[in-house]
Amino acid sequence: MTRVVIAKVWEIPPGGRKIVVPFRGRAGIGVFNVNGRLYALRNICPHKRGPLCTGELTGQIAADAPPSAYDSDLKVNGEGEVLRCPWHQWPFEIATGRCLVDPEVRVKTYPVRIDGNDIVVDLDD
Amino acid sequence: MTLQLDVTEQPQSTAKTKLAVIDTDIHNYDVYDDPVFNDIITKYLATEWQEYHKMIGMRGHYGGGYPRAQPNAARTDAWPPSGRPPGTDLDFMREQLLDAFDMDYGILNPLAGAGGQVNREYGAQLARAINEYQIAEWLELEPRLRASILVNYEDADLAAEEIHRLGDNKGFVQVILVARTQEPLGRRKYWKMYEAALEYDLPIGIHFGGLGGHPLTAGGWPSYYIEDHCGMAQAFQAQVASLVCEGVFEHFPELRIVIIEGGFAWMPSLAWRLDQSWKRLRAETPYLKKAPSEYIQEHFWLSTQPMEEPRHQAHFEQLLEQMDGGRRLMFATDYPHWDFDSPDRAVPTTLPLETRRNIMAENARQFYKLA
Repeated sequence: MTRVVIAKVWEIPPGGRKIVVPFRGRAGIGVFNVNGRLYALRNICPHKRGPLCTGELTGQIAADAPPSAYDSDLKVNGEGEVLRCPWHQWPFEIATGRCLVDPEVRVKTYPVRIDGNDIVVDLDD
Repeated sequence: MTLQLDVTEQPQSTAKTKLAVIDTDIHNYDVYDDPVFNDIITKYLATEWQEYHKMIGMRGHYGGGYPRAQPNAARTDAWPPSGRPPGTDLDFMREQLLDAFDMDYGILNPLAGAGGQVNREYGAQLARAINEYQIAEWLELEPRLRASILVNYEDADLAAEEIHRLGDNKGFVQVILVARTQEPLGRRKYWKMYEAALEYDLPIGIHFGGLGGHPLTAGGWPSYYIEDHCGMAQAFQAQVASLVCEGVFEHFPELRIVIIEGGFAWMPSLAWRLDQSWKRLRAETPYLKKAPSEYIQEHFWLSTQPMEEPRHQAHFEQLLEQMDGGRRLMFATDYPHWDFDSPDRAVPTTLPLETRRNIMAENARQFYKLA
C-alpha cells in the first residue's frame, strides 16, 4: 500500500474536485468532495476512455411513469452526486463508481481519507 | 462554456494507436447561433450579400435541434481555451485530435445549413463563404487536412457553379450534402450537381442532418430527441433507395457516394429488400440493368461513426461478413461532437488486423486518393 497525498483539505471544498494526471504512472485520478465526503475515481471512462473526471456534475432525473398532462412525475435525485463523462455523457455515481445506464460498467474507485490536513489516497502496490 | 477545473495535464491518448488513422468526419464549422460563426460568415461572405446577411440572415425549415445540456452538440471538453466554439480552433484541434491520435489525414465537413436556406442564392453564398474560410484558415495551414465542398444542394445549378469554382483545388476531396433533403437525392433536379462533381472525380458525401421541410421521421413528428437522433437512418435509407431506383448510377457509372454518420448495419437488409422487390417490379424501372444490391455494392461507402455496437460481439462480425468484410467502411470520429468515436476504442480489436487497418485508414486513403 502506498500513501499518496493528493491535496490539502481546503483545496477541495464541497462540490469541488482536484484532478491529477497522470497519477503515479496510472491513468490519472479525480478526487471529489460530494456534500463533505471525499471520493476518488480513475480519470478514464470505462465506456470509451474519455477523461471522465473532467465532466459535469449533475443529479439523476427519474420518473416512475411517462408524464401525463396533470402530473409530470419527474424527480431530480442527488444533485451533484453524479458525474457525466464529457465525451458521451454516460453518468456515474461518484460514491460507488457505478454507471447509471449500464449496471455492468463501473469506473475504478480508490480509498481516500483525511490525515491531518492532507487528503490521502492509498494505492495498491 | 468551459468548466474551470484544476487539471494538471491533458490525459488523452497516452498510448498511441498503432494503426494508421484517417478521420473522415471532422467539423470545423457548425450551424449554431454563435458570434464567432457569424464573424466567419461576415469575413468571407461576398460584399453584395453582407447587407442581406445583416438584415435577414438564415431562414430555413423548422424542426432540428440538439440537447441544451450539450452546447453545440460538442464534447464538453472540446471547448478551446481560446474561447472559440468547438471545432473552429485549429491549434486546439491539432492538439486534441490530429496529434493526440497521430492521424495521417482528416476530412473537414463544415455544417452550415447552406442547403436548407429558403433563399437559394443566399444559401449558395453561405456555402461559398464557408469554403473560402476552409481554404484560408484550414487547408493552407495544415497539410493533414482535406475539406468537403459545401454547396446549396437544393439548387443543382448553384451547386454545380460552386463545384466548378473549386474543383481544381486539390484541398477539396468531396462534395458535401445532408441526409434530410427536400426531395430524394435520386431525382433529376440534383443530377447537374453529380455531373459537376464527376468532372473533378469528387465523391458525394451525404452527412447526418438537414431540414427539408418534412417531418423528422417517416412516421411523423416524434416527441423526443432520441427519436430524431436515431431516426436519421430512415432518411439515409430513402436516399440510397432513390439514388439506386432513379437510375443515377446508370447515368453516372463513376459516381461514388459516402454515407457519413448514418450508421451502416441497415445497409445489408435494405439491399435484400430492394432486390426482392426489384425481381417482382422490374418493369417499373426497366433502365436498371443490375440488381439494386449490385449498385449499392459498387457505388456506396459508409463512415463508421456512430459505431454499431450490438450486445454480442459475434453479431458485429456477422455484420461485417455481410458487408464485404468492411471494405466499404471508413473510420470517423465526428469531432468535436458529443457522439465522438475514439480511434483507439471504436473498432473492435477482435477483428482481423487487415480489416482494422482497412477501416481505420486504408479504405479512406484509397477512396479520397490520399498518399
